Amino acid sequence: MKLYEFQAKGFLKEYGIPVPEGRPVSTPQEARAMAASIGCPVMVKAQVLVGGRGKAGGVKMAKTPEEAEAKARDILGMHIKGIEVQRVLISAAVDIAAEFYISLAVDRTGRTVQCIASASGGMDIEEIAATQPDRIIRFPLDPAEGPIRATHMAALGRAFGEDLSEQAWAILQGMYRLFSEKDCSLVEINPCARTPAGKLIAADAKVIFDDNALFRHPELENLRSPEEYGAEEMDARSNGLSYVGLDGTIGCIVNGAGLSMATMDLIKYFGGSPANFLDVGGSSNPEKVLNALRIILKHRGLAAILINIFGGITRCDDIARGILMARERLFIPVPLVIRLIGTNEAEGRAILKGAGIDAYEDLTDAVKGVVAKAGPTDARSTDGKGNNR
Amino acid sequence: MSILLSSETRVVVQGITGRDGSFHARSMREYGTKVVGGVTPGKGGESVDGIPVFNTVADAVRETGADCTVIFVPARFASAALREAADARIALIICITEGIPVLDMIRDTHYLQERGCRLIGPNCPGLISPGAAKVGIMPGRIHTPGGIGVISRSGTLTYEVVWALTRAGLGQSTCIGVGGDPVIGTNFVDLLALFEADPQTTGVALIGEIGGNDEERAAEYISSSMKKPVVSFISGRTAPPEKRMGHAGAIISGGKGGAEAKVVALRDAGVPVADRPDEVPGLLSSRLAVQPPGMRGRP
Repeated sequence: MKLYEFQAKGFLKEYGIPVPEGRPVSTPQEARAMAASIGCPVMVKAQVLVGGRGKAGGVKMAKTPEEAEAKARDILGMHIKGIEVQRVLISAAVDIAAEFYISLAVDRTGRTVQCIASASGGMDIEEIAATQPDRIIRFPLDPAEGPIRATHMAALGRAFGEDLSEQAWAILQGMYRLFSEKDCSLVEINPCARTPAGKLIAADAKVIFDDNALFRHPELENLRSPEEYGAEEMDARSNGLSYVGLDGTIGCIVNGAGLSMATMDLIKYFGGSPANFLDVGGSSNPEKVLNALRIILKHRGLAAILINIFGGITRCDDIARGILMARERLFIPVPLVIRLIGTNEAEGRAILKGAGIDAYEDLTDAVKGVVAKAGPTDARSTDGKGNNR
Repeated sequence: MSILLSSETRVVVQGITGRDGSFHARSMREYGTKVVGGVTPGKGGESVDGIPVFNTVADAVRETGADCTVIFVPARFASAALREAADARIALIICITEGIPVLDMIRDTHYLQERGCRLIGPNCPGLISPGAAKVGIMPGRIHTPGGIGVISRSGTLTYEVVWALTRAGLGQSTCIGVGGDPVIGTNFVDLLALFEADPQTTGVALIGEIGGNDEERAAEYISSSMKKPVVSFISGRTAPPEKRMGHAGAIISGGKGGAEAKVVALRDAGVPVADRPDEVPGLLSSRLAVQPPGMRGRP
């Protein structure tokens, strides 16, 4: 679960890390009042979950409250990577003498939390890694101990310099406490600014919570933004489905994440274009098929649907029942191609056969079939198809 | 022979009285696995289809001599179940559970390692040595005994490849799903090393997906240390960046973990990468055919 910058900074502050004073607002008038109360100059920063705000013109400095109002008017309502800006953060402008980078993230290979620090902050870590790899310091944190002063002060000193290492150490401790207490998968401060007076302060921040750990932190659920997942993704999640929308014409319903991806890839391989990723999961509730079809049918430009089931825990007869249920309750205006194999396959086929539906056995045949039925991939420019009755 | 799991392996099922645990305990036993016991706290003394239930893993080990456990408990209790199994010194721990917090897995994998336990998973289908035993949720009948080792980050995609192998007459030595999470107990390289050393295994099918760099590390290992042929398939070539594709670990993040880089790394290591799952058997067959006879194991 991703947080907006203002939320991320709220958590940093709670964990004792210096951040510029600031508050989010959603109207130009509020921006003006907030700028006056904080004291200018201020930064007016678009609050969106996607990167590249600065380049898109979503971050501006204002020297007066009037200017903050004008800048907020410019930024509010603008679209950054397709996302409409609904809030701006008004925060005290930081006088920056130098920019550093520091983050904590999961290191999959080392099975640890890894700290990455660099004296070259202010740009993406990927960019630092590409252009100045020798300016990056990485060290793992012991899963039982966390940061250890005797070992990690020196490492921080190499990134931040001796004179700032004590402050960097305090920041790292706060970051680690936040990371472990709230079950984060990323805590990043970039840039971590040094002021001319020699103080470190978090000028920008990212925090991502581990979705799998939210059961331990039910209070964090309230912070979830509808921006992170579109309406369809949210709908799918609440129905126990895993869905990602794409811009092709062939809807996919598959059991299993790996097979879902492979099905999308095969559609592309045979000249079609997948409209989505959808994993109905391991259980075999007929309702899930109904919900999956309902969500996919909202997709604009849908030309055909492929249901690909390799039954393991999932039972083919349950899937077949779900398909019949969906046919009764939903208007399905596009061809439906079905591939069924595995647990209770014969029963599943018999159920479909009774309703006059054939199912493929082989995946490649089914994909070729659905691509042929969907027609050329520019079919999505034809409108109107695929709305729920 | 096979790797990790044989007909002699003595298995306990943690969470055996739950819906999934009881269903799969039966299914594993029907396949021929020695399911010697189950564990559900508070239900010691009961039985599930004649399989005795114990209160603790330690009790189960003492009474049955179990050396393997498979965990079906919900995510919030999985960490405790893993540690209990490790404290009972179970050598092979398979965790099917999906949705375990990643920080738990970081702490638990270290905890298990310190106690000399091998973990498969979490968020995995388990493993099967066809004809001998299965410990997991895969449909047994699509497998057939033979010489191909199968390693995968996925469940149903593995079934797809295994089924294609079986139809092509290529049996399997052991098939293992390592799990779809970012932090897992056993990775590709660990298993490649075991397959390389296993006399029954003649070749390996490696099924990867987007996210992380396990495939790249496997490619390095194969080119430096493996003589047996490896053929791969990578899913997620059409996956968009920064989106989690079902598995917690399947995400292209910060330009890293994309399918193309994995395909290139594997091909550079001399590993043919199939464009379709059903091409894997053909690629393996042609590689096996060119192996000098002395290198081929007993089929």
